[in-house]
Amino acid sequence: MNSNGDPIIEVTNLVRKFGDRAVINNISFNIHRGETLVIMGGSGCGKSTLLRHVIGSMKPTAGSVKIFGEEITQMNEREIANVRKRFGMLFQSGALLASLTVGENVALPLGQHTLKSPDEIEEIVKKKLEMVGLSGFENLKPAEISGGMKKRVGLARALALDPELLFSDEPTSGLDPIMTAVVDQLTLKLTHGEHMTAVVVTHDMTSAFRIATRMIMLGHGSIVAQGTPDEIRNSANPEVQQFIHGEADGPIPLNLSQDAHEDLQHVKPRPFFKHRFHHKTA
Amino acid sequence: MKNYLQLNLSLLYWVFVAPFTGKFFKLGPIFRQMVFIGVRAAPMVALTAFSVGVTLAMQAAHSLQQMGAEIYVPDLVMLSILREMGPVLIAVIVIGRSGSAVAAELGTMKVSEEIEALEVMAINPVRYLVVPRFLAMLVMLPALTIFGNYIGVLGGWAVCRFALDFNTAGYILRALESAQTWELYSGMIKSAVFAWIIITIACNAGLHVEGGAEGVGQSTTGSVVQALLAMLVTNAILTGIFFFGA
Repeated sequence: MNSNGDPIIEVTNLVRKFGDRAVINNISFNIHRGETLVIMGGSGCGKSTLLRHVIGSMKPTAGSVKIFGEEITQMNEREIANVRKRFGMLFQSGALLASLTVGENVALPLGQHTLKSPDEIEEIVKKKLEMVGLSGFENLKPAEISGGMKKRVGLARALALDPELLFSDEPTSGLDPIMTAVVDQLTLKLTHGEHMTAVVVTHDMTSAFRIATRMIMLGHGSIVAQGTPDEIRNSANPEVQQFIHGEADGPIPLNLSQDAHEDLQHVKPRPFFKHRFHHKTA
Repeated sequence: MKNYLQLNLSLLYWVFVAPFTGKFFKLGPIFRQMVFIGVRAAPMVALTAFSVGVTLAMQAAHSLQQMGAEIYVPDLVMLSILREMGPVLIAVIVIGRSGSAVAAELGTMKVSEEIEALEVMAINPVRYLVVPRFLAMLVMLPALTIFGNYIGVLGGWAVCRFALDFNTAGYILRALESAQTWELYSGMIKSAVFAWIIITIACNAGLHVEGGAEGVGQSTTGSVVQALLAMLVTNAILTGIFFFGA
C-alpha cells in the first residue's frame, strides 16, 4: 500500500442514524495521497450517504471525518467552503447549471475562486474540455448535449481548479465503453502523474478494477470487505464474489424492505390507494 | 418560517456586510435579472396600468358627474394611482410573472442537484443566485411602478380628453395640483417593501423544494399565493401608517 505521510481523508467510527436505524454503522477508513479508493455496494447500501458525509453536506450522528487533517464535522459553513475549494466533485447527473453554457459551467469555479483574467480562464476551460474529449463544445447549453457528455463536462468542471482530491459519484454510468476507458485513463493519469487522490463510487466493475488502488465494499451500512483489487478479487467472502461477478443468486438479499431504504423513510402507505386497491380486488 | 428568516439574514449579510469585506457583487447577473424582471414586464405593466387609469376615470366621472364635479376626476385618478393602484397592481403583475418564474427556476435547480453542486463547489447559493435577483427586483419594481403611474395617468387623460370636455393642459394642471411629492414617495416605499417580500418568498420557496417536478409545481403555486397575501396585508398596514398615522 502506498502511504505517503498523513492520510488525506481519515474517517473514524462514522455513524449516521435515521431514527433508530443506522444507515452508516461504524465505518472507518483512511485514504493517502495518490490513492484511488473505489467504494462499491448495492443500491441503498449507504454509498451516497457516506460520500455526502465525507464532503460535509451531511452531519454524522457520531464519529469523525478529517479532510487534509481538518475535522470537517465540527466546521461552520465558511470553514467547510474553504476545504471545498481544495477538492472537486463529479455528481452522478453531472449537475451542470442549465442556464449556463458548457464553457461557463467549467469556468464557474475559476471565476468565483480565482483572480484569473477572462483570457486565462478561457484557456483553462479549453484545456479541461480537451482532457475529457469535448473540445469545441464551449457554447452549447447542457440541454443540447447527451447525458454522457454532461457527465464529462461535470468532470471537467470538477477538475477546473486542479484539485488535490476528486470525488466521483458513478463517473462512468451512462458512458459508452470507449469513453469509460478514456475517463478511467484520465483518472489514472491524474492520480499517478499529478498525485491527485480520488474517491470513486461506482457499480462498474471493469472500471473499478482498472482504476482502484484500494476498494471498499459496503453492505447494510458497514464495510463488508476492503483491500487491494487483488485481495477483493480473491476474497473468500461470498457476498463480494456475488457482487463483483454480478450474479443474481447469492447471499445478498434482493428485496429491499421499505425499512431498509434510507430514501423512502418519509413515505407512508396511503390509505386512499390502499382502500381503492382492496375495493378493486374484493 | 425558520428557513425564511435564515434566508433574510443571509441576504442581509451578503447585501450589506459582504461588499465591505471585499466581496462585491458581480454586475453582469444583476443586469440580466433586471432585464428579465423589469424590462420584459414593461408591456404587461403598461397594458394593466392603462386599463386601470381608464377604469378609474370612468368610474370617477360616473359618480362625480351626478354632483357636477367632473373637474375632480384627474385628482381622483392621480391619487388612487400614485398611492394604491400603481404599487399594488404592478406588484401583482410582477408576482405572477417574475416571482413564479424565480420560484420555479430555483426549484428546478434544487431538484436537479444544481444547488447542491454549487455548495460543494464552495459557491454560496444565496450570494450566487438570490442576491442578483434581490437587487434587480429592488430596483426594477419601483421603476416599473413609476412607469406604470405615468401610463395610468395617461389612461385617465384619455377618458377626460375624449369623453369629458377636458383639454390636455387642464388635465395635467389639475392632476399636478392634486398630488404632492409624498404621494409618489409613499408609493415608492411601498413598492420597495413589496419587492423585498416578493423576491424573498419566491427564492425561499425555490431553494426548499422537495420531491421532484411535483414539488416544484406546488412550491411555485405556494409562493405566488403567499406573496400575494403578504403583499396585500403589508399594503394595508403601510397605508395605515402613511395616511392614518399620527
